[in-house]
Amino acid sequence: MEELRKEMENLKDQITAVRKTFQDSTLQEAAAGVTVVGRVQLKTRKTLRGHLAKIYAMHWGTDSTLCVSASQDGKLIVWDTITTNKVNAIPLKSSWVMTCAYAPSGNLVACGGLDNMCSIYNLKGKDGNVKVMRELAAHTGYLSCCRFLSDTEIITSSGDCTCVLWDIETGTQKMVFAGHQGDAMSLGVSPDFKFFISGACDFTAKLWDIREAECRQTFGGHESDINAIGFFPNGNAVITGSDDATCKLYDLRADQELLTYQDPSIMCGVTSLAPSKSGRLLLAGHDDFNVNIWDMLKAERVGVLAGHDNRVSCIGVSSDGMACCTGSWDSFLKIWN
Amino acid sequence: MSSKMQSSSSLAQARRMVQQLRMEASFERIKVSKASSDLMRYCGEHAKNDPLLMGIPTSENPFKDKKPCTVL
Repeated sequence: MEELRKEMENLKDQITAVRKTFQDSTLQEAAAGVTVVGRVQLKTRKTLRGHLAKIYAMHWGTDSTLCVSASQDGKLIVWDTITTNKVNAIPLKSSWVMTCAYAPSGNLVACGGLDNMCSIYNLKGKDGNVKVMRELAAHTGYLSCCRFLSDTEIITSSGDCTCVLWDIETGTQKMVFAGHQGDAMSLGVSPDFKFFISGACDFTAKLWDIREAECRQTFGGHESDINAIGFFPNGNAVITGSDDATCKLYDLRADQELLTYQDPSIMCGVTSLAPSKSGRLLLAGHDDFNVNIWDMLKAERVGVLAGHDNRVSCIGVSSDGMACCTGSWDSFLKIWN
Repeated sequence: MSSKMQSSSSLAQARRMVQQLRMEASFERIKVSKASSDLMRYCGEHAKNDPLLMGIPTSENPFKDKKPCTVL
């Protein structure tokens, strides 16, 4: 056992050393000649009112018009963000919801939380009523995040430290992704749907091969729990947000951290993040009720979205890049552009 | 769970972690300079199609209420 521990330490040192040999430059140096993006001032265009308690999660539909939100008032609401109408208001069995997701097809939504389950709802049922289609149960900890691959497959992350790929039709686990040493808090799927990334309370982010059920890479550096994670739009880099109040950019092919987004005036943990369509802007939601907007190449703060009266718990940029949606403990969602 | 079983399961877990680290150590990496220039190029090529970055003219903004102008 002692030998194995020593070998673990040796291998970790080896990885750190090898990564350094590929660090012939830094992104900071490479981007030295790039001009910082001008001040980004987004305005609230819509406020989505209707939830009666803290909003914990939101996810855009792929049509860039509809989105789903989850609140501890025990409801999932599907919104038309342009008209602000509620398309569906789905009552949940368990009000302790922590995550929600919209299937790429627009046919299904999912949610879960302290019930340790991922519940799938069919929005396009025959009689027009939205009903539970499946309850995916097997996690031994809370459901922190879920993302659909298609109408038949969904990936979940859990407080039991694992992530799971589910077959929605049979309600069974297809793959279990084990390796994190702490609660898995967030996940993101690669643009080509072959990989996903997870951030956890062990302060690391892991890249997983979906079909091989293998962890390909592990990224450290954060000094506290990683609450939010997302892919850079081309799928070659990963962005993380942590309780240590910073975001980090990791490049997958160089297998290392490229930049840290931090400022001494930002002392509150990051709860959520989303890149803009080109990847140039990084929007990060914090516990201090604000969203900070970063120039991702220059690591400089170029804007702030201040409009919520409580913690910003979730954020998302629509697929066509036209708008950013924020959800808050103040029970409102806001659409900005 | 007997202590013997406990130690063998943590032994198995340690072996898995060593195996995982060996695999991660053998990963084929590219230089940071190449990774950086690729990221910068992607941002540059897609900047003009990034509405939040470029700004959206009112007439093309589906989220902005377009009120007709009245001449007083």
